[in-house]
Amino acid sequence: MSEPIIKFEKVVKSYGNYRVLNDLDFEVARGEKVTIIGPSGSGKSTVLRILMTLEKINGGVVSVGNEPLWHEKGPNGLIPAREAHLRKMRKQLGMVFQQFNLFPHMTVLRNLTEAPMSVLGLSKQDARERAEELLQLVGLSDQAQKFPNQLSGGQQQRVGIARALAMRPKVMLFDEPTSALDPELVGEVLNVIAKLAEEHDLTMLLVTHEMRFAREVSDRVCFFDQGNIKEQGTPDELFTNPREERTRAFLKAVLEG
Amino acid sequence: MLFGITWDTSNGDLAFALSILPILLRGMLVTIQATIAGFAIAMVLGLVFAVLKSVPLKIVSWPAIVITEFFRDTPLLVQLFFLYYVLADYNIILPAFATGALALGVQYSAYMAEVYRAGIEAVARGQREAARALDLSASRTFTHIILPQAVPRVVPALGNYLVSIMKDVPVLSVVTVLEMLGVARIIGDQTFNYLVPLSMVGGLYLIMTLVASALVRFVDAKLPKRGLPFK
Repeated sequence: MSEPIIKFEKVVKSYGNYRVLNDLDFEVARGEKVTIIGPSGSGKSTVLRILMTLEKINGGVVSVGNEPLWHEKGPNGLIPAREAHLRKMRKQLGMVFQQFNLFPHMTVLRNLTEAPMSVLGLSKQDARERAEELLQLVGLSDQAQKFPNQLSGGQQQRVGIARALAMRPKVMLFDEPTSALDPELVGEVLNVIAKLAEEHDLTMLLVTHEMRFAREVSDRVCFFDQGNIKEQGTPDELFTNPREERTRAFLKAVLEG
Repeated sequence: MLFGITWDTSNGDLAFALSILPILLRGMLVTIQATIAGFAIAMVLGLVFAVLKSVPLKIVSWPAIVITEFFRDTPLLVQLFFLYYVLADYNIILPAFATGALALGVQYSAYMAEVYRAGIEAVARGQREAARALDLSASRTFTHIILPQAVPRVVPALGNYLVSIMKDVPVLSVVTVLEMLGVARIIGDQTFNYLVPLSMVGGLYLIMTLVASALVRFVDAKLPKRGLPFK
């Protein structure tokens, strides 16, 4: 395994008295595709949201590319990160949301060009070219001028993926990307994610309930329970031969449900 | 005689009404101008207050909260007198119309700030998160993501205040602004006929407010509900 691009060290996250993440240690190598599974409330999405700087941490250190995410170097060790540091770090990450969160008042094309233009300073022409390439990648070249509410859920989520990719992130975070979709639309989104996993050296971190898909695309599967990794391994190890009783119970419930 | 127009008091109420109509319409024009000026000030200032109140820094948000609370909880007349008479003592002399429009604008900005704030908070949290994930700056997020989605939601509520402002304009007559009701009262004082001019003011007001409401509904229907489009 090459050097980790993402590293959680003794990370604690709590809401009041409830500990969502409990001294979590977790690493992801550059280019690795990791799937996180587990019951709701186990902290899976929180891992992604912390990385995307949508949630603060209460303890420990999170590093992205060997640099602390939620801290910066002060004269006497690490101090809490300021917005400028977060903005710099955030550029390395892209996120796909369960509810898509497309900008409803912008066309598909504008959704894809907004951030590259205003954040990365791309010219309108360059941003447009980049957007058109990505729309082709997700199979939506003919939908550029539509508004999100004129698209199906599956199409919207593919736009969501393209929008995140337009920032050229090193790490892509997928937060239950198909959970809000009608069952017949799940496949088209998973196909796009699988294509990304195969053809790009992106690091991918995916929270999902699609077990078969997790098995196909991931290098490693982590089973989260009560704010920590209960068990992890290659998809084959974890799905065919789980060591922990808790993992077995979860997989049984999910696969038979 | 008013505005160089004489009235006809000797040929019955109808002739009298017709003769004072052009005078009242002059007053109505002032009423409309004051409404528009007050509304414009309130729209801009209200948005400024809404933004200031939502700033996480207490040193910024607290003064905005205190000021808007003061504007909301004191009578328009007090604010009007204050601007007109007290400022004059410090050699800040504003024309009557400007004073009136400013008083209306300031008072209603405090109400509108709450409307904007509700509209801004009603924009889904996911929108802010998506903007943050894309690393948009805070100001870009506000101007390009939040505000365009908030505006269509607040138009009906802001429109109600347009009508309220219109109905508050007669208060400006106490600082000598010759709006419609003030004009009608002068006519009454001079002809000893109050019934006709005041009834006409009531009728003209009804027409104005109905038109204003229709205008608001029209604008509301025209705005795309998903948000103001960006090219």
